Amino acid sequence: MQELKKKQNIFHYCKIEKNFVLLNDKLIISEDKSILFSEFSKILYQQIKLNYPKFFKMDDLSKLALITSEYLLTNYFKKTKKPNDISIILSNKSSSLNTDKEFQKTIGNKDNYFPSPSLFVYTLPNISIGEICIRHKFTGENIFFISENFNSKLINEYASSIIKNGQNSIVLCGWVDFNKDNFKAFMYIASDNYLNKITTNYVDQLFK
Amino acid sequence: MRKNFVSITGMGIISSIGNNLEENFSALINKKAGLSQTSHINTIHKNKIKVGEIKYTNNELIDLLGFDKSENYSRTELLGSIAAIEAIKNSGIKSINKYKTGLISATSVGGMVNTEKYYMSNNSGGKSKNYVKSHHAGKSTERIADSLNITDYISTISTACSSAANAIMLGARLIKSKKLDRVIVGGTDSLAKFTINGFNTLMLLSEKECMPFDANRTGLNLGEGSAFIVLESEEIINKEKKRVLANISGYANANDAFHQTGSSDKGDGAYLAIKKAIKIADIKKDDIDYINMHGTATTNNDLSEGEAIKRIFNSIPPFSSTKPYTGHTLAAAGAIEAVFSILALNNNIIFPNLNFKNKMPELNLSPVTEITYKNLKNVLSNSFGFGGNCTALIFSKNE
Amino acid sequence: MKELKEELKNKIIKELNLGHLSVQDISDNDPLFKEGLGLDSIDALELIVMLDKDYGIKLNDPIEAKKVFESIENLASYINKNRLR
Repeated sequence: MQELKKKQNIFHYCKIEKNFVLLNDKLIISEDKSILFSEFSKILYQQIKLNYPKFFKMDDLSKLALITSEYLLTNYFKKTKKPNDISIILSNKSSSLNTDKEFQKTIGNKDNYFPSPSLFVYTLPNISIGEICIRHKFTGENIFFISENFNSKLINEYASSIIKNGQNSIVLCGWVDFNKDNFKAFMYIASDNYLNKITTNYVDQLFK
Repeated sequence: MRKNFVSITGMGIISSIGNNLEENFSALINKKAGLSQTSHINTIHKNKIKVGEIKYTNNELIDLLGFDKSENYSRTELLGSIAAIEAIKNSGIKSINKYKTGLISATSVGGMVNTEKYYMSNNSGGKSKNYVKSHHAGKSTERIADSLNITDYISTISTACSSAANAIMLGARLIKSKKLDRVIVGGTDSLAKFTINGFNTLMLLSEKECMPFDANRTGLNLGEGSAFIVLESEEIINKEKKRVLANISGYANANDAFHQTGSSDKGDGAYLAIKKAIKIADIKKDDIDYINMHGTATTNNDLSEGEAIKRIFNSIPPFSSTKPYTGHTLAAAGAIEAVFSILALNNNIIFPNLNFKNKMPELNLSPVTEITYKNLKNVLSNSFGFGGNCTALIFSKNE
Repeated sequence: MKELKEELKNKIIKELNLGHLSVQDISDNDPLFKEGLGLDSIDALELIVMLDKDYGIKLNDPIEAKKVFESIENLASYINKNRLR
């Protein structure tokens, strides 16, 4: 139990799935599973007092990424001084497929052909990272991986190389996948302390 | 050997100016651009845009590779396989699994071309049977890995137009940290209606052949293609007595943190990435002999990138964008231009920035416009993607 | 014109995802871009699509577009003059 408590102080994460928010093992939001993401995301926006109108222009993947990072970072920076800059490593399985399909709808019909610029902007998964960076003015290294499953080992190695090279002291890592009504975000902070003390097994357990 | 050096032992490429290294090099030095109207894609913009299209149909690519037609490979997979196979051959690798080998690829389109063809038709069998399997960006990489028999490490990067450059950077780090003995890194993208329509609605396409860094530039030409380079550890090079083409000596990535698709006025992300890369390369900025610019010829990029270059260099090195040759090959661009940078390095030739006529008033800079012979030791290659993702790579001569 | 202006305000809120605003928050003469509503370049492109889709107007000149999109007032009078639908 002592070990677990120690780990809880070192490992900072946020998990958002249909329709709950888990922040460092505490369930802070739990809504009815029948609510759609459009409604759920509005609830979270208000709960966390995000106050960032650009949020409403984002596609669902970016909304999910931004709000997960908001919960995680706001909480993390309560106890730790906010650095000037951080790096970001995110990943998922579906890339931007959900928005790709939405954009495709606007060009699919020759007789009703009106491609949407604002949808096309979000047909790349790394735009979600861009949105987080724009919000906080983070200019650190950033990358987005596509993989079948969450790969904590790959992400840890990457984060480790960034931290060991002295580029940034913390790296925002995780998985953010949006798939019509099935979404999952799992983000955590990698720091020197984390890399030395938390195993990928522990991370994988929490991801589940 | 400088501390962050990683050796490059092979390269492979297919683009609208050639189906392999030799053809690409020949086109570059003969100023033969590969821009034209689309012929394989049935788009309503057919007569209005110029693209860097590879003239082979998918079936012809499959025949070239000797693959199974019933598998319904996506175009990105086929182009990727061709380039990766050439890279491995060029590197002199006979047995891929003799050492711990990885593949890191990048794509933005994935299997989209097939999906847009078959999604609307309600075919449940026949030709469209496997398109769903091949749509997924990660699948493209896996199938290329399959055809190369690479199993130790496979990953896919998706960061828009800097994707392949990021793949190269990650590969270099994995070799340096000895996590892999060798790695095939690069990217692949094919033309698709999806991207043509998308870029068109963002008003980024030019009806003419693009004019990077020109005062009257009107946008970019999309392109397709693939390139891969082989990075190998010092141990392998010594053991197998490998011929080293060049070294990757510097690499860095930064976020512009400004806008989803536009770059900041002063090119902040570009500035940070280039500065970091020079630091990692452990050289002085004056040691950069040539810059292969991202130079898409959009109003925004060229101004932003130009400003970034002016902020960094007191005396600006000769620079050019090779996108008037190949078009903007999106996720493959970082790798295609890495190959061009290495060809420049080894032949001491700077490739021209085609179509340039008038300096931009804001920058007062002129790119190189003729084939220029110069002793090159360090070449900088820029790749910037939507989402503010900016990557700079530095290639150094092996001496 | 009053109806058209109201219609435009509703459309802008819906299509540009300004869900946190209501029609009363948008005045006829306030700047739409930079200050005021703070719309950006992508929003401008969406408005161009909207002009084509809903009013049959093809606006391709970026300099003209800048003037047209200056305010609801400008936008409404431009549409009034040029609409095909």
